[in-house]
Amino acid sequence: MSSSAKSEAVLALHRFGMGPRPCSVAAIEADPRGALLAELERPPAYPAAASALPSSAKAFRTVADANAKRQAKVVVAKRAQEEAKKQQMAAAPMAPMMTEGAGQGDPDMAAKAAAESVPDPGRGIYLEEAKLRTQAAFGADIGFVERLVWFWSNHFCISADRIQSMSGAYEREAIRPHVLGRFADMLLAADGHPAMLLYLDNTVSMGVNSIAGINRSRGLNENFARETLELHTLGVGAGYTQDDVISFANVLTGWTLVPAGGDPEHGGEFSFNPRLHEPGAQKVLGKAYDQEGVDQGRAVLADLAVHPATATHLATKLARHFIADTPPPALVERMAKVFLDTSGDLKEVAKTMITSPESWAQPPGKLKRPSEWVVGIVRACGITESDPKRFTAGQALLGEPLWRPSSPKGYPDDEASWIDGIGRRLDVANNFAERVAGKVDPNDVIENVLGSCVSADVRDAVGRAESRQQALALLFMSADFQRR
Amino acid sequence: MSCNRHLPTRREVLAGSGALFAWTQMPRLARAAGRDPRMLVIILRGALDGLGAVAPVGDPDWIGLRGDRALVLDGKTPALPLDSFFALNPAMPNLHRLYKAQQAAIVHAVATPYRERSHFDGQDVLESGVARPGAVDSGWLNRALAALESDGRVNLGGSRAIGVGSVMPLVVRGKAPVMSWVPQRLLPASDDTQARLLDLYQHTDPKLAVALQSRIRLAALGGTGNADTAMADGPSLALPGIERIRAYFAEAAGAAARFLARTDGPRVGALGFVGWDTHINEGAAVGQLYNLLGALDGALAAIETNMGEAWHETVVAVITEFGRTARINGTDGTDHGQGTVALLVGGALQGGRVIADWPGLKAAQLYEARDLKPTTDLRAVLKGLLRDHLRLDESVLASTVFPDSADVRPMAGLLG
Repeated sequence: MSSSAKSEAVLALHRFGMGPRPCSVAAIEADPRGALLAELERPPAYPAAASALPSSAKAFRTVADANAKRQAKVVVAKRAQEEAKKQQMAAAPMAPMMTEGAGQGDPDMAAKAAAESVPDPGRGIYLEEAKLRTQAAFGADIGFVERLVWFWSNHFCISADRIQSMSGAYEREAIRPHVLGRFADMLLAADGHPAMLLYLDNTVSMGVNSIAGINRSRGLNENFARETLELHTLGVGAGYTQDDVISFANVLTGWTLVPAGGDPEHGGEFSFNPRLHEPGAQKVLGKAYDQEGVDQGRAVLADLAVHPATATHLATKLARHFIADTPPPALVERMAKVFLDTSGDLKEVAKTMITSPESWAQPPGKLKRPSEWVVGIVRACGITESDPKRFTAGQALLGEPLWRPSSPKGYPDDEASWIDGIGRRLDVANNFAERVAGKVDPNDVIENVLGSCVSADVRDAVGRAESRQQALALLFMSADFQRR
Repeated sequence: MSCNRHLPTRREVLAGSGALFAWTQMPRLARAAGRDPRMLVIILRGALDGLGAVAPVGDPDWIGLRGDRALVLDGKTPALPLDSFFALNPAMPNLHRLYKAQQAAIVHAVATPYRERSHFDGQDVLESGVARPGAVDSGWLNRALAALESDGRVNLGGSRAIGVGSVMPLVVRGKAPVMSWVPQRLLPASDDTQARLLDLYQHTDPKLAVALQSRIRLAALGGTGNADTAMADGPSLALPGIERIRAYFAEAAGAAARFLARTDGPRVGALGFVGWDTHINEGAAVGQLYNLLGALDGALAAIETNMGEAWHETVVAVITEFGRTARINGTDGTDHGQGTVALLVGGALQGGRVIADWPGLKAAQLYEARDLKPTTDLRAVLKGLLRDHLRLDESVLASTVFPDSADVRPMAGLLG
């Protein structure tokens, strides 16, 4: 096989996949594009253990139950403390408070101890979800579909800082089933998901003329409507007005979730609450929507999903993520056209990206995001499992904590946002290299993982390194692993 | 292309990342004899400059060789005198104190039988105990234990894994079971690794070079690059490079000692410290080598402290794959060489001596006119320790532990 065929295979794995593993170059070098298209037809199954994980609603209830128990323990502890204090005062009214017993005598301490006795189950659920997600990335032959999951999950991001318990289930429920389906379905699944409604404050939004709005003198929260227009669909500057935002926010009032508490079998699911909903027709982007209840919101989302501005916004973002910070306009136009022609068939859009010459003509100049990079170096060593605590700590250290972006915009995709973190990457590479140096031969990685497609400079640096560990650290830090 | 090479399973990666090797049962004969010896091997990867660590200040050619980079007794930061001929790098006051207390010995102009200059191959020879690189996949310390076991003197069955961490050195890999432990701290990338990466970026990726350079500059100012947020239980990166290296060395070595000190703990351990490949700006009484030796000195102090009572039954051997050029190179550093030092410390030693068959420093006396000529085979030192401390049989040492070394006689008299 020629070296250019090999290097196209390496590029395919880095640019569209999770990075080369031992022998994956050999497996696809005959036809890298065909291999990517084939993965779209037969996407790898998500780890079966996911079926044992709680649904988002169940996870939500589990945390709510723990919170309630913890609260009760605090109350009991405080009561007991006050009782003890009273008795002590009655027994020896003049005695000064014993300082040595202060640890037990301090009501705050007792409350804290009580609270600590009921740990937050959300963290454990998060780590279990993280473990499977990372496993899927390690285990995929190429990982193109998994990269699409990562892309869309970031596009429709929520934050585990707000709703840790649901963050993994949200991705499984709202994103994963639709990455090769219709965008309209994903939009409805994501924007109708309780995690999103909580994250973007829609659960507290109510129409000023709704029953609840009148009774409680409360009203609208525009956050969800604005972010849906700006981030999820049309894109900023697409021509919508403040009136459109308000009307759309009115449309979306009542989209909330079933509260936890009353019923052990229910709570945390999506629910449309008509008492919160602003009555009457709304006009969004010049079109009147006179549907009743939840159908009104569904109708607006269905139109937004196939809007030309949405097509351009999503095509640009996809091409920027996969191909280049400044993507080739011809590629973006072609992907946007396919999006519109197919009413948002995401598999067809992905195929268009793979079959477009522009997607391959770009030199590997894109700086990988931290999680792509770190998954890439682990895969290169042939490792298929990791400790989720350690792995997510690494992601956080690198500035990309899993499901925890700092804003609804998600993690950025441009080099400027990430390049200053190169020092952190060096720390991680160095540490990881130390852990695997006993078993991983850097020259093996160059030959069997990178198909010998590395520059002479990298080869020299690896050859001259003072130790295997240093050789591996330099290799992991080289542009061959950092850029795609 | 060959795709059938062995790649590690998760288990192997986990097991392979340990730093310690152990048996949990004491040698029966040793116990019967009232002894309970401990041995810790520290591998300095990258090739320690033996002349920069222990300087032959009494050699008339010394100053001529190193010029103002030579350690001297009357410098601004004077070297610490060991005897009438040798002096220790001032970064190592603990080692000096132990030496004065007869609890440290230094072997100079020592080297393995390896005479090429590749780090990987040199470390392979150093740790495998076999003169030819790449010959076996086990280390001499592991084979020594296996020999004790077959003798019925050690029960390895009780060995247990104790965690995951830094790389398990080849010296302890092999048939006998291994337990491992991970330092909590992230070992920071060394200045040397940063410099090499910067060089690579300058040739291949100017933008990454600029980004890395600004981080290095920031670190030099004592900054940390970025605030450490969202890492409540994560590794701390708050300290500048050398402080983190010092902390890492002390933690790793101190933990090893804590395990070795336990009555039911391991009796043999090994760990590796990287960063000794000082091609550029090596320094002497200040700078890179001084900082690393200082960190090593701190590690030795941590071992002594954590060993407690067991210190008197302890030997620590600090060894490296080869030495460095006798002269300073064109970038204020030294390149790969041959003869170097082995540092031995521990309460069980008959110390207070520099052991050297000194080859001299005149050009004609140097190996290939460039390196300190090795006059002592490191295997003789190690065989001496294994025979007199762990009580290994000489014939086993010559056949399985250090194969084909019958003509290398164990050094006598190292133990007290």
